[in-house]
Amino acid sequence: MTTTVLLFTLLKVIVIVFVVLTAVAYAVWFERKVVARLQSRWGPTRVGPHGLLQPLADAIKLLTKEDITPANVFRLVYFLAPALSVITALLAFAAIPFGPVTLVGGVDLFQIANLDIGVLYILSISSMGVYGIALAGWSSNSKYALLGGLRSSAQMISYALAAGLSLVGVLLLSGSLNLRDIVNAQAGATWGFIPHWNIFPQLLGFFCFLTAAIAQTNRLPFDLPEAESELVAGYHTEYSSMKFAMFFMAEYANMLTVSCMVTLLFLGGWHGPVFGPALLQTMLPLLWFSLKVLALLFLYIWIRGTLPRFRYDQLMAFGWKFLFPLALVNVLLTSLIVAYRAD
Amino acid sequence: MYEAFFFLFALAAVGFAVNLVLQNHPIHSALSLIGVMASLASLYLMLGAEFIAAVQVIVYAGAIMVLFVFVIMLLNAGEEERTNFSRLAGTLGVPLILVLLASIASIVYRIAPSDEMVRFGDFHGRTADIGRMLFRTYLLPFEIVSILILVALVGAVVLARKES
Repeated sequence: MTTTVLLFTLLKVIVIVFVVLTAVAYAVWFERKVVARLQSRWGPTRVGPHGLLQPLADAIKLLTKEDITPANVFRLVYFLAPALSVITALLAFAAIPFGPVTLVGGVDLFQIANLDIGVLYILSISSMGVYGIALAGWSSNSKYALLGGLRSSAQMISYALAAGLSLVGVLLLSGSLNLRDIVNAQAGATWGFIPHWNIFPQLLGFFCFLTAAIAQTNRLPFDLPEAESELVAGYHTEYSSMKFAMFFMAEYANMLTVSCMVTLLFLGGWHGPVFGPALLQTMLPLLWFSLKVLALLFLYIWIRGTLPRFRYDQLMAFGWKFLFPLALVNVLLTSLIVAYRAD
Repeated sequence: MYEAFFFLFALAAVGFAVNLVLQNHPIHSALSLIGVMASLASLYLMLGAEFIAAVQVIVYAGAIMVLFVFVIMLLNAGEEERTNFSRLAGTLGVPLILVLLASIASIVYRIAPSDEMVRFGDFHGRTADIGRMLFRTYLLPFEIVSILILVALVGAVVLARKES
């Protein structure tokens, strides 16, 4: 590996982390705006036009707030937990391709690492994410936090299974664990206008994965680990200042990861109409990718603004008795069809 | 560079394992065990066994250890009390450990070819190959293991059920 390639790669990593963190900050703004409109309010309007500088103001506020450490916490784990949440949330972006292969100086611009096991990598990183929340709940030495941590670990184990199983259909269709191969298998269109996206043959898998992913990211209607009306704030009750903000960053980064995953696996990734001069041709795939991710983020927020929270037993019953068997049926049907076609 | 990473992760695995035994608090022991598994996954990855590394993280470090942590949190297990080591463990245990280590070392030494080192990235088990092995060559053992696990699961449910 030459020095220029190393330098380029380092630069790429920095740019992608910067873009992701900015996207996370503006996802919060986007959520506040959309939820406000759903509830006939204005949302943030004071800081900058349309409240666009609100994330900046929030960041300054969170960074300068007093950082309180309660007296009886388990210190090492208490400090480790928020860092673990953010690190696992950001690590997932290492394998996500944002656009087609675009080589500049021997370095692919739109992906940090093209892994043969991209799907498994993201699943394994997201399965580590639960420790941040569970350990935060335990180390805070507070009953609300502990209950939140317990709920989240039970919920994440239950729904990780359904999420992993619902992806098997896509993997069977494309025959690869490489995210780039999976996207490339979805290129082209039937009769010139129906794109070859996996969402059409895998509608069942799409709904299973989306539902399980919403539950895994602790978003409404599955936000039991931080149910405000019963647990104060759940696992992050005892955290303040930037450590509190790190849990929020992790949550929104995970939302972004899930949106990227759904885009790549079911919605054809960066594929879309590409035309015009050379520069436009390189930028358009990025635009399609971002628009699909944005649409999924909107769906996330729309669901949050519409549905009330589940009860805990309903959540578990839904995961184990409905979603999990549904994902299994999807695996069975897809493998039957794939086997029938192969003959 | 590979050698440096190998020693880094190998040392981390051994260090976490020692820490696992020495810690007083069950949560800290569980965290050390996660560290051991993550280090092992990195070693698998360096050998080129990507699938095994990913499964190691998903199944062991992810699912199984989350259950461990969950149970420790649920039971709110406190710190263990230190007891005085029994004299038998000192006099009999240390020689036995030495015998065990020596026999493992001699077997490894006999199996491993003396003239070459482990070649990193030389593992030929890509995901598709592993799948073919499991579902064609070793289908019967694979299915029997599945049934065995299922039986254990059903047994656990039966034992845990309340009498009505």
